Amino acid sequence: MLPRDSLRRGLREVLARRLAAPLRRFRGSSRFSEAAGREHFWALKDVTFNVGEGDVVGIVGRNGAGKSTLLKVISRITDPTEGRVVLRARMASLLEVGTGFHPDLTGRENIFLNGAILGMRKAEIVSKFDEIVAFAELEKFLDTPVKHYSSGMYVRLGFAVAAHLNPEILVVDEVLSVGDMAFQKKCLGKMNEVSRVGRTVLFVSHNMAAVENLCRRGIVLDGGTLVFEGTSKDAVLDYLNLISGAHDSAGHIVDLSADSDRRFALGPLLKQLEFYTDGNRPLVESLLIGARLQVRVHFELPDLTADFNVGLGFNNAYGQRVFTADSQFEPNRPAGARVGPQVFICDIPSLTLTPGEYSLRVWLDIKNEEADLINDAVRIRVIESDYYGTGKAPWNGTFVLMHHWYAEQTVKTGGVRLK
Amino acid sequence: MPSSFEVTIRPRRGWQPIDIKEILVYRELLAFLVWRDIKIRYRQTLLGGLWAVLQPLIAMLIFTFIFNRLAGVKSDGPPYPLFAFAGLAPWTFFSTAVSQSSNSLVSNQQLVSKVYFPRVFIPLGAVGALLLDLGLTLGFLVLLIFHYRWPISPNLLWLPVFILAAVLAASGVGLTLSAFNVSFRDVKYAVPFLIQMGIFVTPVIYPIRYIPGHWKILMGLNPMAGVVLGFRYALLGSPSPWPVMGLSLIVSVVLFIFGLLIFRRMERRFADII
Repeated sequence: MLPRDSLRRGLREVLARRLAAPLRRFRGSSRFSEAAGREHFWALKDVTFNVGEGDVVGIVGRNGAGKSTLLKVISRITDPTEGRVVLRARMASLLEVGTGFHPDLTGRENIFLNGAILGMRKAEIVSKFDEIVAFAELEKFLDTPVKHYSSGMYVRLGFAVAAHLNPEILVVDEVLSVGDMAFQKKCLGKMNEVSRVGRTVLFVSHNMAAVENLCRRGIVLDGGTLVFEGTSKDAVLDYLNLISGAHDSAGHIVDLSADSDRRFALGPLLKQLEFYTDGNRPLVESLLIGARLQVRVHFELPDLTADFNVGLGFNNAYGQRVFTADSQFEPNRPAGARVGPQVFICDIPSLTLTPGEYSLRVWLDIKNEEADLINDAVRIRVIESDYYGTGKAPWNGTFVLMHHWYAEQTVKTGGVRLK
Repeated sequence: MPSSFEVTIRPRRGWQPIDIKEILVYRELLAFLVWRDIKIRYRQTLLGGLWAVLQPLIAMLIFTFIFNRLAGVKSDGPPYPLFAFAGLAPWTFFSTAVSQSSNSLVSNQQLVSKVYFPRVFIPLGAVGALLLDLGLTLGFLVLLIFHYRWPISPNLLWLPVFILAAVLAASGVGLTLSAFNVSFRDVKYAVPFLIQMGIFVTPVIYPIRYIPGHWKILMGLNPMAGVVLGFRYALLGSPSPWPVMGLSLIVSVVLFIFGLLIFRRMERRFADII
């Protein structure tokens, strides 16, 4: 919505240009248009959506998709060039942690200043002051100027103030990407709390697990336009397809015939791999934790035989095998002798590997001999999702396994299920 | 919170009315910004608030020596040092306020590009914070008056009017320059120069009677001329021509309203170009 040509050049620059090319303006074209190369750039165009009361909407998209501009327009920071936004409740926006913090002021003073800047009344800040300090865990440094704070302390203080805002609509930009992991989790927890009390929240993030967990609805922006609107889960999937370029259709098919990193005894028998995920949608590159992975292996059997098996091996970034899927483990595998082109489908209902990149090895054994094997045939990236439904995704270990925690049953309180 | 609340954000073009309702809603924030500017103004300085008095005091000593002793400039009644200080008090306020407020948007970029509130608060807060300095200077002026045993004049009742005029004039100029400073950083270089020159077209060093009769009224177009004359009129009982003071007062009000309007007009592009 913001034409970039709005950048007015300083008088000095105009003078310099005029001096450098005194004849230019006699050559017809208007003096500014030529120099500025007047290209209108629309950061946002034709974006229309409604957010109902109590909706928690995640906004995802690549860098430069227009997410931040959208939030700035909604927050009244920049004016739209066209169109309108109607707000029907009090709104506060958090586009940055610690907006207006002054390095020379103490933590205590900055809490008041920042609170007021974010739209809190003085009385409100006073009443929540102790809570804010406790949340930030900075009791000891309250009277230290924030310029002596570490960056982590600074972020904690900033978020603590913001977390105690009490507007009906809360607009949050990617602010959780700063700060340490433990505090990020605490913030997500607080945001979760906020969204459960029926507040309307607009949330921009690159953390897909957070978007999936916190938000009920999702919007995907790309190139300044709205390309998807639906549940947050579907929005995340749409976004993943977008970043992996799934819209150019053939990306999920990997041709193996030209692969040179292979050992074969009977010739290049492995021909092609095809990847699909939930809902039979083609998969390119990125897969959410716990999503379905379906691999269709195209291969050829040179002679009529029933004694063969196809396999897939998942190696992690350190080259360790984390999982092997081989057709010989399948109790109901198709019986009978076969010959010629074949397609075997390996269906993994829920691939619960921790986020990371996995290299896929694929092989065909005939009569217990290695007939063809391709090392590093393709790489699959597993990325964070809200597998446990808590917005918290594991990032170490090898597997993400479903499990539960309970407190021991006692006579007095009965069982409590922890989640 | 009222459920009847509704705000429509749409493109704004041209002149905008001043949203007084919104300013009232956010008034606490203006107080906070003033408080912030006061807090940080003399932080980590040795002399702190003394600076508010030192600047006009040193200027007074130099002016007295050069203009009064060497060049023979006379006051309009009171001893020259008192005369000079009574003019320097509002002039120092004005010049500091203009230079601080004209830079205020640029030095608070974060507030402009990351959060919304009435932007006029940024330059206005900078001017407001300097009222404390003015208060300290006036306190020192009272000491000087006692020192020279100069009588307190009943005109003192007029002082608030001229303080208000000084605030309006400084705000008007500050609002305008801060808005232009967003697109044209030339303002940063122009302001110190203009302030330096300004003292010569304001009767700070010399009394108004040095100006030939029919030119006097032109002085009134300079809002600070009326303020300086008014301060002397109210504090020292100096004879000051009302037509000049009256015209200056009107110019101050007009300048303030003009500043607000031009600021509102340019405001919508601040976040994009700052």
